[in-house]
Amino acid sequence: MRYHPHTPEDVRAMLDVVGKKSVSELFRSIPTPLRLQRPLQVPPALDEIALFGELGRMAARNVVSHPPFVGAGSYPHHVPPTVDQLLLRGEFFTAYTPYQPEIAQGTLQALFEWQTFVCLLTGLDVSNASVYDGATATAEAALMATRVTDRSKVVISAAVHPAYRDTLATYLRSTGDEIVTVPFGADGRTDLAALARAAEGAAAVIVGWPNALGVIDALPEAAAIARKAGALTVAVTAEAVSLGLLQAPGALGADVAVGSFQSFGNSMAYGGPAPGFFAIREKYVRQMPGRVCGATVDKHGRRGFVLTLSTREQHIRREKATSNICTNAGLCALASTMHLALLGRQGLADLARLNHERARLLRDELGKVGVKPIFAGPVFNEQAFDVGDAEAVVARLAKRGLAAGLPLARWFPDHPRARGALLCVATELHSPELIQLFAKAVKP
Amino acid sequence: MSNQSGWKPDMEKGATSPALDAPGLGGAVRGLVHEEPLLFEHGSKGRCGVSLPAPGAKAADDLPAALVRGGIEGLPELSELEVVRHFTRMSLWNHGIDTGFYPLGSCTMKYNPKSSEALARLPGFAGLHPLAPAEHAQGALELMYALERALSEIAGMDVTTLNPAAGAHGELTGMMVIRAWHAAHGNPRKKVLIPDTAHGTNPASAALNGYACVQLASGADGRLHPDTVAAAMDDDVAAIMITNPNTLGLFESDIAEIARIVHARGGLVYGDGANMNALLGNARPGDMGFDVIQYNLHKTFATPHGGGGPGSGPVAVKATLAPFLPLPVVVKEGEQYRLVTDPKERPRTIGRIHGFHGNFGMMVRAWAYLRELGPEGLKATSDLAVLNANYVRASLQGDYNLPYQTDSLHEVVFDDTAQKEAGVTTMDVAKRLIDHGFHPPTIYFPLVVHGAIMIEPTETESKETIDAFVAALKAIAEEANRDPEALKASPSKPFRARLDETRAARKPVLRWTPGMKV
Repeated sequence: MRYHPHTPEDVRAMLDVVGKKSVSELFRSIPTPLRLQRPLQVPPALDEIALFGELGRMAARNVVSHPPFVGAGSYPHHVPPTVDQLLLRGEFFTAYTPYQPEIAQGTLQALFEWQTFVCLLTGLDVSNASVYDGATATAEAALMATRVTDRSKVVISAAVHPAYRDTLATYLRSTGDEIVTVPFGADGRTDLAALARAAEGAAAVIVGWPNALGVIDALPEAAAIARKAGALTVAVTAEAVSLGLLQAPGALGADVAVGSFQSFGNSMAYGGPAPGFFAIREKYVRQMPGRVCGATVDKHGRRGFVLTLSTREQHIRREKATSNICTNAGLCALASTMHLALLGRQGLADLARLNHERARLLRDELGKVGVKPIFAGPVFNEQAFDVGDAEAVVARLAKRGLAAGLPLARWFPDHPRARGALLCVATELHSPELIQLFAKAVKP
Repeated sequence: MSNQSGWKPDMEKGATSPALDAPGLGGAVRGLVHEEPLLFEHGSKGRCGVSLPAPGAKAADDLPAALVRGGIEGLPELSELEVVRHFTRMSLWNHGIDTGFYPLGSCTMKYNPKSSEALARLPGFAGLHPLAPAEHAQGALELMYALERALSEIAGMDVTTLNPAAGAHGELTGMMVIRAWHAAHGNPRKKVLIPDTAHGTNPASAALNGYACVQLASGADGRLHPDTVAAAMDDDVAAIMITNPNTLGLFESDIAEIARIVHARGGLVYGDGANMNALLGNARPGDMGFDVIQYNLHKTFATPHGGGGPGSGPVAVKATLAPFLPLPVVVKEGEQYRLVTDPKERPRTIGRIHGFHGNFGMMVRAWAYLRELGPEGLKATSDLAVLNANYVRASLQGDYNLPYQTDSLHEVVFDDTAQKEAGVTTMDVAKRLIDHGFHPPTIYFPLVVHGAIMIEPTETESKETIDAFVAALKAIAEEANRDPEALKASPSKPFRARLDETRAARKPVLRWTPGMKV
């Protein structure tokens, strides 16, 4: 076993020092009836060659031959190999949470840079060091809003990602807080009249930016309604590349911006891991969940970084903590930081515009075969189209190795146009040729 | 015996380099360790580190101008090499398992196999969309199904959910399941019992479920006693949360009796599986009376901690609790695998707790590790982890105070009582260990031990490494008596000396801004 360095001589010598005759004796504090008397029934050991054969076989059963046309919370993007090669430096990926800052300055400075990127992209003041994912970030935002406002009603647009809404519902079932879901209109944007009625007495108003239908929602209007009602505005962004083109949620009135930075530096990996982000206005910092990195100096006056404001956290405050989160998505946040460093000012602006351009091309090509968008509202890189029978199209294209999109009926079975609605994404990975091919395949 | 680096504390006395005293940044070099500004503090206008097709000039002319922004002020402008050097230099300021011994108690910092990293990066895994049609994802679902089965067997449980994204997320999920089970029986109950040795996440996870936490005192031997549990147990108690072995590295020998007491009053027993490395193949929580236990794949199954995550926190339960587990669930029908996502198929589910199906990338790594070990390898893992901890314990007894004499399993907790007279604290010992080339153990935890030094060597460390670590700790104990002031000034070797944490908290600077001052 290559991971176990002990020779029989080592074991003997160590047992001598310990004063035991066998390793089994070391377990005598476990009462005999509780000791397992048989080998575990798990598959037999594999050598490395067989291991690669077996997991290679499993990987090959998955079809990934084309970039998927489904986004819906996980987005296919080009990640420069530079990111992964840097990420594989063992000093980064085999380190733990930076509890000893003197020997974790690499991790800490990178976290400080991550926090800065999140603030620059969201237009907010403070970011934490990441959370598990976009769904739990949304739940944590709602919980924070109930603490800040001392209110117990959370208002959320139906156009926020359904898995995020479901996660929020699971979290809030235990706390007894109420959730009011506001519908979206024919343009795919949150129904503002309904929102205004629901917002009274709310802790938070939560809308997508862009929303889960791909539509650039009415965030400024929603924020104005929330402000009037004394509620916090939470903007949820699953496709963070959009923040390179769209106005920052903080600049449009959001008090909290959450979501996923998967699009920067992280592969889709069947849904995880990917970094959740959590950004707020400065005045809420004492109620923020999760770790945060801050700048300070060492005893020689040199700048350095530490985890700080930890009196909010579970290891100090226990049951009074702002959240139970401990481990977050540090390495995924590092990957995002590396990708954003490479992109920089011009690269991010270009990437975002390129995505939007490809989405327009997709709309044009589908238009040529008579397939029209469902919602009239403006979009970033994702859009729902009326393909007649969405499930049938998905099944047919799956046979050709293409993931065609998400049938919206799975999310909104009661929507009048659900049957035909297929939510499709186009990114920099979808070449004009592939988009043309796709359009012809959707409507042959 | 020499320490790992060959460096001795007095080598640096009087040897101050100009770089060491320099307050600022700007390319100061110490040896080949470079200062490196923030990403936002260098570069030059017009530089870019990516190669992308150029968008057309009118790419976004269809959007309302009020919703669109131009280039974001403050973002870096760096070439690819500048970015590569930036992160490579910063990596050199870090200590990882790949660099050296990392005996952080309760964190199980074992070797993270390179083969697991390579396998998780196979395009069939890394490039798979979470909403891909099921026929495109049969390999991923097969892996999840197999991992779920194996984790159930290892814990002695019936069913496992892989959805939670970290250990604390697993705790939260497990407590939600317990709450849902009680609610289904008519009363969610009000309280959760938690021993004083517990991780802070336990009470925080219970509180998020609306439970009041009742702290139980551990006994003089560091263990929880049935009498204590019986005295606190009543019909309002939903569950007890127990880490076994506990955070002192001690097996809760009365666990079966404790479980019986809790079950007799209708409560459930939650296991914090942070210390599962001590038990693999030797004992199973399900056989001890636990109803629920969460794993930390980034501890027990060698997936990387990544400087704070990602984790993965599968939750294994007894069959009676299975209907309450979160969605989605992987099922096998004939030879086909499928994700159950519709609550109509699982009407008692607590619902979703993650945007997709959990941290699949971590599941691939854990499965690769588990497959390479097999049943014998898993048992050898716990055997050797326990041997290494006991070897540390026997080697350091006499130099450091051992507050509990009870048998240790995979980790051992000392304290700074023996150093007190010299005015030397656990913090001083920890910082001097850095100068000797070692990551310090977990310190000041568990809270029941004043000045705790919690050492978990793990099974992947050799006798020679542990000998060198023991020699360093002995040298520090000796130095504490001879020259305590030198210890107080440590560490002197790393890139940064002791950092002013009070200042960081009093005047929070949490992001870069132009002209930023600390």
